[in-house]
Amino acid sequence: MSVSIDARGPRWSAVITTVVLAIALVTSSLWVIAFQAVVFAIGALRGPQFTPYALIFKKLIKPRLKSAATLEDVRPPQFAQTVGLGFALVAVIASVTGAGGLFTIAVAFALAAAFLNAAFNFCLGCEMYLLILRARTAK
Amino acid sequence: MKTLIPLAIVLAGATGFGIWYQRTRGEFRKKKTVNGPTLTAAIVGTELGSRATMVQFSSAFCTPCRATKVLLEDMVKTMPDVRYAHIDAESHLELVRKLDIRSTPTTLFLNGAGVEVGRAMGTPKRAQVQAAIAAIH
Repeated sequence: MSVSIDARGPRWSAVITTVVLAIALVTSSLWVIAFQAVVFAIGALRGPQFTPYALIFKKLIKPRLKSAATLEDVRPPQFAQTVGLGFALVAVIASVTGAGGLFTIAVAFALAAAFLNAAFNFCLGCEMYLLILRARTAK
Repeated sequence: MKTLIPLAIVLAGATGFGIWYQRTRGEFRKKKTVNGPTLTAAIVGTELGSRATMVQFSSAFCTPCRATKVLLEDMVKTMPDVRYAHIDAESHLELVRKLDIRSTPTTLFLNGAGVEVGRAMGTPKRAQVQAAIAAIH
């Protein structure tokens, strides 16, 4: 059995991620997307409950919430962080090599996923994981 | 400050997709062709219900799968002629491909003969499941 975390944590993190990625998209800043890539890397490798955004949630937001915590499996948000890391790394490489178009596209996809998660509770793992498995094992 | 156009496009597109996504999750979609694939107790892993069987496909990276499982397991308790079966999509990729399951949770609704009459993607509401079951004769 895998670890369960407060389901409101990843949703909060998705809101912050949306804002940071929106800033990255508008300013085309290498530093902003590089920062978000590091956050994604922590979420993907250690777990989404260890990112700076999750720590803000734990220390500042959670004590002020009145609703009861619903627990969720840590694996779905961790999968989403891994996908986000992929897009952010492409954006970082694009920025360093001066590929402005690719930077915009990569950040746009990451932003769309984070925004959908924050605003509509979109489950990236539900929609993508099976398709990836099917594509990988297709003969 | 650079242009805001890409940001506007992404937010508008994602909002449109998000509204469609939320509306269609859990919705029972009737199979257009009369005869869907026939599933047997051996394939599904549990005995079929005399009137209907709900077959849920789940995966590891799926938060709504658990809520769907809890709901459907609870609902079949009061319906003796309806059975519930749970399949891990990852370890049944052959079947997943054959039935064209694309996302999780996907719940197939089978009639008494094991023929798929429709399916729902995402967590359905209790009323949506009741309506789908009621439509199976």
